[in-house]
Amino acid sequence: MRYLNKFLVFVMVSFTTLTANAGWLDLNMPQGVTDISQEVFGLHMLILWICVAIGVVVFGAMFWSILMHRKSKGVKPATFHESTSLEFLWTIVPFVILIGMAIPATKTLIKMYDHSDSEIHIKITGYQWLWGYEYLNTDVSFYSKLSTPYDEIYNKKEKNINYLQEVDNQLVVPINKKIRFLLTSNDVLHAWWVPDLALKKDAIPGFINEMSVVINEPGIYRGRCAELCGRHHGFMPIVIKAVAEDEYDEWLANAGKDNASGLAKINK
Amino acid sequence: MSSVVKDTHHEDHPSGIMRWITTTNHKDIGTLYLWFAMIMFFIGGLMALVIRSELFQPGLQFVDPQFFNSMTTMHALVMIFGVVMPAFTGLANWMIPIMIGGPDMALPRMNNWSFWIMPFAFSMLLSTLWMDGGAPAGGWTLYPPLSLQTGDAFPFLIFAIHFMGLSSIMGAINIVATILNMRAPGMTLMKMPLFVWTWLITAFLLIAVMPVLAGGVTMLLTDKFFGTSFFNAAGGGDPVMFQHIFWFFGHPEVYILILPSFGVVSAIIPTFARKPLFGYSSMVYATASIAFLSFIVWAHHMFTVGMPLAGEVFFMFATMLIAVPTGVKVFNWVTTMWKGAMTFETPMLFAIGFIIMFTIGGFSGLMLAITPADFQYHDTYFVVAHFHYVLVPGSIFAIMAACYFWLPKWTGNMYPETLGKIHFWLSTFFVNLTFFPMHFVGLAGMPRRIPDYSLQFADYNMIASIGAFGFGFAQLIFLYIIIKTIRGGVKATDKVWEGSEGLEWTLPSPPPYHSFNTPPVIK
Repeated sequence: MRYLNKFLVFVMVSFTTLTANAGWLDLNMPQGVTDISQEVFGLHMLILWICVAIGVVVFGAMFWSILMHRKSKGVKPATFHESTSLEFLWTIVPFVILIGMAIPATKTLIKMYDHSDSEIHIKITGYQWLWGYEYLNTDVSFYSKLSTPYDEIYNKKEKNINYLQEVDNQLVVPINKKIRFLLTSNDVLHAWWVPDLALKKDAIPGFINEMSVVINEPGIYRGRCAELCGRHHGFMPIVIKAVAEDEYDEWLANAGKDNASGLAKINK
Repeated sequence: MSSVVKDTHHEDHPSGIMRWITTTNHKDIGTLYLWFAMIMFFIGGLMALVIRSELFQPGLQFVDPQFFNSMTTMHALVMIFGVVMPAFTGLANWMIPIMIGGPDMALPRMNNWSFWIMPFAFSMLLSTLWMDGGAPAGGWTLYPPLSLQTGDAFPFLIFAIHFMGLSSIMGAINIVATILNMRAPGMTLMKMPLFVWTWLITAFLLIAVMPVLAGGVTMLLTDKFFGTSFFNAAGGGDPVMFQHIFWFFGHPEVYILILPSFGVVSAIIPTFARKPLFGYSSMVYATASIAFLSFIVWAHHMFTVGMPLAGEVFFMFATMLIAVPTGVKVFNWVTTMWKGAMTFETPMLFAIGFIIMFTIGGFSGLMLAITPADFQYHDTYFVVAHFHYVLVPGSIFAIMAACYFWLPKWTGNMYPETLGKIHFWLSTFFVNLTFFPMHFVGLAGMPRRIPDYSLQFADYNMIASIGAFGFGFAQLIFLYIIIKTIRGGVKATDKVWEGSEGLEWTLPSPPPYHSFNTPPVIK
């Protein structure tokens, strides 16, 4: 089992390097910028390659049979129709493969559920159809909504490169710090999803969901609402700006000043 | 009553429209179900083409986002409740009494009623398209609070679902009663064809879960109109509770949509491999295991709602476990083909297409079971690709395979073989062109149920839209073949296929109005 896992990781890594050069990764899940998102990507590729391997064996046998065992080749059909040992074998082998898959998946899942030692707490509220962000224990809170002009949506103007994935107020967070998000909704269900952070959770009215993340690299990360929330479900993106810690502190201090940042405060 | 009347009244039935309205004959009702499914297939297909037209390019071109949401919602409801379920019930009506050597269904009058509820249920559902506030647009999953924002359509939607449920439950009861009571002497349970077995198990699933759906949607109804707060957090309720109820119905429902296909494929593969089905009893046990497991995996549709860790782990393991009996089935089919003497008539092509593409859908299902990865896949086009692979080249292909397989028996005429093969190859090419690219856009970050998308998803959406139109037009060939075969063609023999085995092939083609008035002898 251990050798199998090692072999699969090797296959996975070599494929990743191969495809990275070919630029095919745009077709795949993003590896993301957190330790967990890398692990999730690893799990995704591992299970994908297991499926490909099983597929090659099963479909290989099938196509061999389709090519060789045809009536037009004059073959006489065999009559066997039972084998307890075969049935036993192809029950046990997949079962063992599944256990090999379940162990790393459970390990990652346990890490994803660990929200201890978070340093920054941000409450996210879903609205039809925008997001509200509150930096808990500070004065900073604001709404964040789509900034793509209607003319672009209705094809009157050329679409810019960030069409439907740009917002008026970006969520600014520091890198290398554990951030805990508290998620709720003001009306219907929404889901807050940023693929690069491997974070997706439902925002549910009356309930608070929790998730946490440590971002490793500065940058702009874009996400979307992932739970059908009505007419403008496709038009409530998420944009996160991850910056160095001192830059974040500076931004937070300015954003806290009244009218300094042009940010509309929530419930103030 | 004189004995003369008693002897003949069974063969005597009204003609014209009254034949179809008053019929209690399993073949007539089967035909009605199948034609109903065919009509709904084109209606649901048109809705899919509205969706694919809007998604052909980024930007809003044709429809309002609200109407787009109505289309995704109605497309799903029509295809699930109006196409796949009635089509399989139609096949069951036609074939089960014949396959077990019985004269008709056990409860023929109820059979008539279960069918004739359907046109009313769907008239009601489709009429919502013209109502204030539009047709239901909250997704076929009806999650509150969003579904409670539906306009005038809401009560019509709920009652339409009640009627569909009623129809399904009655159909299922009838099938169970038929299989358990109407078998010819000597037709023991373990001698029944797998199509009968899979339907027996499916019928129990239907009886178990349709009332759960009915209860869930009734709670929605009272939340909307009678001031209850089952799913309203402000009144002490829980929106997630609805999802648990819905998916307790919804996951067994997934197997309701696929188990009868397993039965169809298990009939076709041995026929054209000219070799008995490999591992009959393990197929029966695998079907039963899948049905049992289907009751304890529902929350894998809800990994992102914020369940406790223990819940996530349990539902991940249980879901992965389903791969084992499903794998057994696929291995058995491949081994059935192994060392057979195969020919590739249209039903065989569709059955092989089913095995390959259903397995691809099964693989993506296994990927979706891995909870940490599911956080990335959930509610994206990856999921859309997954369930369309198991439903279109899965269930729908199996239904088409069944139609080609038994059409000569039903009509007494052979269908045009070349045209059937053209239909298969066009369908297979376009179904993959439509749904395979959806894996990629989903992984790259495109959520499902959106009318417009950012630019990086444009290429693959365009390809998918082209595929969808191709697939849609290819189905006109299917319609043409069916009509042409009903109207005439080369006369079919009783046995129809060289390798056919089973009671249905001992009857003339087409079979008499009442199949077995005296029970056949079972070897």
